[in-house]
Amino acid sequence: MRVMFVLWLRQVRRYWRSGSRLLGSIGQPILLLLALGYGIGAIYRRAGEGNYLEFLVPGIITQTVLLSGIFWGIIILQDKRFGFLAEMLVAPVSRIKILLGSAVGGATISIFQGILVFIISILFGFRPHDWLAVVPAFLVLVLMCVALTSFGAGMASMVDDFQGFQGINNLLVMPLFFLSSALYPLNHVPTALRIISTYNPVSYMVDALRYLLSGQTDFGLQKDLIVMAITFVACLYFAVNRFNRIQM
Amino acid sequence: MAEPIIAARGLTKRFGKIVAVDDINFDVKKGEIFAFLGPNGAGKSTTIKMLTTMLRPTGGSLMMAGHDVTKERDSARKSFGIVFQDPSLDEELSAYENMELHAILYSVPKARQQERIQELLELVELWQRKDSMVKTFSGGMRRRLEIARGLLHEPQVLFLDEPTLGLDTQTRNLMWNYVKRLSHEKDMTIFFTTHYLDEAEAVAERIAVIDHGKIVALGTTAQLCKQTKTKTLEGAYLQLTGTTLRDESGDNNALNAKMAIRNRRLR
Repeated sequence: MRVMFVLWLRQVRRYWRSGSRLLGSIGQPILLLLALGYGIGAIYRRAGEGNYLEFLVPGIITQTVLLSGIFWGIIILQDKRFGFLAEMLVAPVSRIKILLGSAVGGATISIFQGILVFIISILFGFRPHDWLAVVPAFLVLVLMCVALTSFGAGMASMVDDFQGFQGINNLLVMPLFFLSSALYPLNHVPTALRIISTYNPVSYMVDALRYLLSGQTDFGLQKDLIVMAITFVACLYFAVNRFNRIQM
Repeated sequence: MAEPIIAARGLTKRFGKIVAVDDINFDVKKGEIFAFLGPNGAGKSTTIKMLTTMLRPTGGSLMMAGHDVTKERDSARKSFGIVFQDPSLDEELSAYENMELHAILYSVPKARQQERIQELLELVELWQRKDSMVKTFSGGMRRRLEIARGLLHEPQVLFLDEPTLGLDTQTRNLMWNYVKRLSHEKDMTIFFTTHYLDEAEAVAERIAVIDHGKIVALGTTAQLCKQTKTKTLEGAYLQLTGTTLRDESGDNNALNAKMAIRNRRLR
């Protein structure tokens, strides 16, 4: 337990000390809230769909933790490239503990960023439809963050260079975000897009948050939670499996 | 005769069809300073990686401080410390935090922890800088910190994989003085690799020369010279390993072999 705690602490310490990471991580969501929330919001209202900010905020929170979670994997890649992983791997500690301690540390950072974006969106005029539902929404956020950082750790274990990891951003993170229900309601989009979005696990994360924060849903909370639970287990399995295969 | 602290019997490592280490045997005695020499790609790093549990041998047996390295991995891991060829500190943490993390990974008792860290940081003359981030340290300071870290859990064997690479003469001198003192005062076994033959000659009690995955000679400097009818260790070394240059990069055999196999498939 002390081992996992100290690995968790390492991640959190590194994050706190890096002001640029903190700023960089919330710059993009603010930009999206401004440009989309206010820019598109006016047209959205005119189209008779209601308050776009209410619809958008859960999507932006998801985008924040998706990005920070998967990109947290870069730390594993750094450790691999710059040697610190060797120090951890020859220590008399199982790899699972190293992975879980670090990944929960990464998830903690994501959760913090998600909450920060939530607070910022309140400053932008967002109001949760039911303040009591913020508590279960937080639990959903935790589940999402652990799943996504594990996924990032698994990806980082597989690639050997930073360029490779950049490719993951273009081929994976961006589509996962744009082809989900984060930015637009699924009931009016062309069938092809709707089908892709329904097979995208990120849609269900957004949907669960949206149900709890804004009272709107495409799939229903029950289905959201089932898909998220399956995604969670799959991500953890993927991370453990890949991390165990790292050869120094 | 006392039980050797490291005993390798028929130790072999293959990557696909490439045999990196080919059926080698050697013993290292307790308290001995043992040098492991060889050209790039000869199997040095692969051997160290097997000794330090980073790679699993394909065949043979490996005992360290009474533990089977492949079967009782965690006990074997507690018995050695290592200074890697490449830097392996967390640059975003302070010197003290790097030490503390290591202490916890190796379950050094909490009561001993602080005193032990102070003792070692004072030994390598870094106590004044304990709260500085490692990224502000020079190459020599990092090396010293890595040595202090490797000693933190009171290992019986200390591995040094090309520890003086890129260090200035002053730091090299200082470092070997620490190492020799440790070996004398604490009866610690030192196992090191280097490309500087003068270092091996000055420090090591016995030397093994490995080439093409096989140990081609093992003994004191005098014995190696006698065996090859040469006058210096450098002469003996060149006699044993030839004067041709090697292309293989020695820094990551597993990866190189993986790439080699992948390239062959592509062809």
